[in-house]
Amino acid sequence: MTTETVEAPRSARVSRRSTNWEKWAWLYMRGSGVLLIVLIFGHLFTNLIADEGGVKAVDFAFVAGKWASPFWQIWDTLMLWLALIHGSNGMRTIVNDYVSNSTLRRIMLVALLASSIVLIVLGTLVIYTFDPCPSGALQSQLPSFCPAQ
Amino acid sequence: MSTVLEERPAAADAIQKFTATLMIRRFDPDVDTEPRWQEFSVEMLPTDRVLDALHQIKWEQDGSLTFRRSCAHGVCGSDAMRINGRNRLACKTLMKDLDIEKPVYVEAIKGLPLEKDLVVNMEPFFASFREVQPFLQASSKPDKERLQSVEQRARFDDTTKCILCAACTSSCPVFWTDGQYFGPAAIVNAHRFIFDSRDEASEVRLDILNDKEGVWRCRTTFNCTEACPRGIQVTQAIAEVKAAVLRGRP
Repeated sequence: MTTETVEAPRSARVSRRSTNWEKWAWLYMRGSGVLLIVLIFGHLFTNLIADEGGVKAVDFAFVAGKWASPFWQIWDTLMLWLALIHGSNGMRTIVNDYVSNSTLRRIMLVALLASSIVLIVLGTLVIYTFDPCPSGALQSQLPSFCPAQ
Repeated sequence: MSTVLEERPAAADAIQKFTATLMIRRFDPDVDTEPRWQEFSVEMLPTDRVLDALHQIKWEQDGSLTFRRSCAHGVCGSDAMRINGRNRLACKTLMKDLDIEKPVYVEAIKGLPLEKDLVVNMEPFFASFREVQPFLQASSKPDKERLQSVEQRARFDDTTKCILCAACTSSCPVFWTDGQYFGPAAIVNAHRFIFDSRDEASEVRLDILNDKEGVWRCRTTFNCTEACPRGIQVTQAIAEVKAAVLRGRP
């Protein structure tokens, strides 16, 4: 039998989907992982080593001082978003791998999505609306470094 | 002459026979609801393999023991089984290389429907193999052979070694919980054609494997690479297919 007598064994395959989220999720895990190494170790370095007092110096005033700078606001926002999405996508993978009951899997995935959204929204809100000395508050409840109102 | 005869018994003594215990996971669908472990004792030579032990049991002790084997020399890929918790070919595993102080545990490969004793239904495995179109697709119709350089042939040499024994796929924890996953063997056989310079359907196969149940389900646990009786670098092949999917070409 020569090649001339053999027809193509199958008709051409029709692609089923336009976007494949698994591919992008896989890429995201690698990209965010590399970025998070830099962000997290930078975070630990500035908080614990670069600062003289070490872990004992991390208090309300220290956080207030950091978030007064837009640089650290963006740094922490990036860290929050990347880490939470990275973590919840990892959890999603584990749920997909190990939960064989489809109803239970659905419940867990929805819970995971909801909790991640709540945490990301709340975290972002805190970073950008944080005001250590809100006006109208009682002076006795404010930290000592706030100017007298 | 006489000295030779005198030496013969001494030479025979040098071949140390030993007794080994095998624990085989039996399952008869007509009788059992759950698989059960059964103990057998066999007398082995240092050259005997697990397959020889199974033969000895089937031929001399219990004819109902059921397992697959065809060539018995590591080529046909029929007798992949879980021996002491690791997927291997029974015909390529010497009994003396296992810890024979303890019983040797033999059971069917996991993740595929158990039919009887050490025999599983291989159809889901072959279904995903067929899915990746494991055949040459080329539009050119040369009078003689399709030419290929040594380098082009070497590119996919490793994945041509696959004998479809299912040792890799049935050692994959993702496949255990999700039978829809293509599994390492199907990806290895896709790799064999994706990186073949004579083939023209790489994009189609990359598209097939760029699926929810495709290469992205691989967790790089390396179970497949450890299980492969042919020494194929399975996890590396899967990683190369992943990279090819990202590039959109081999």
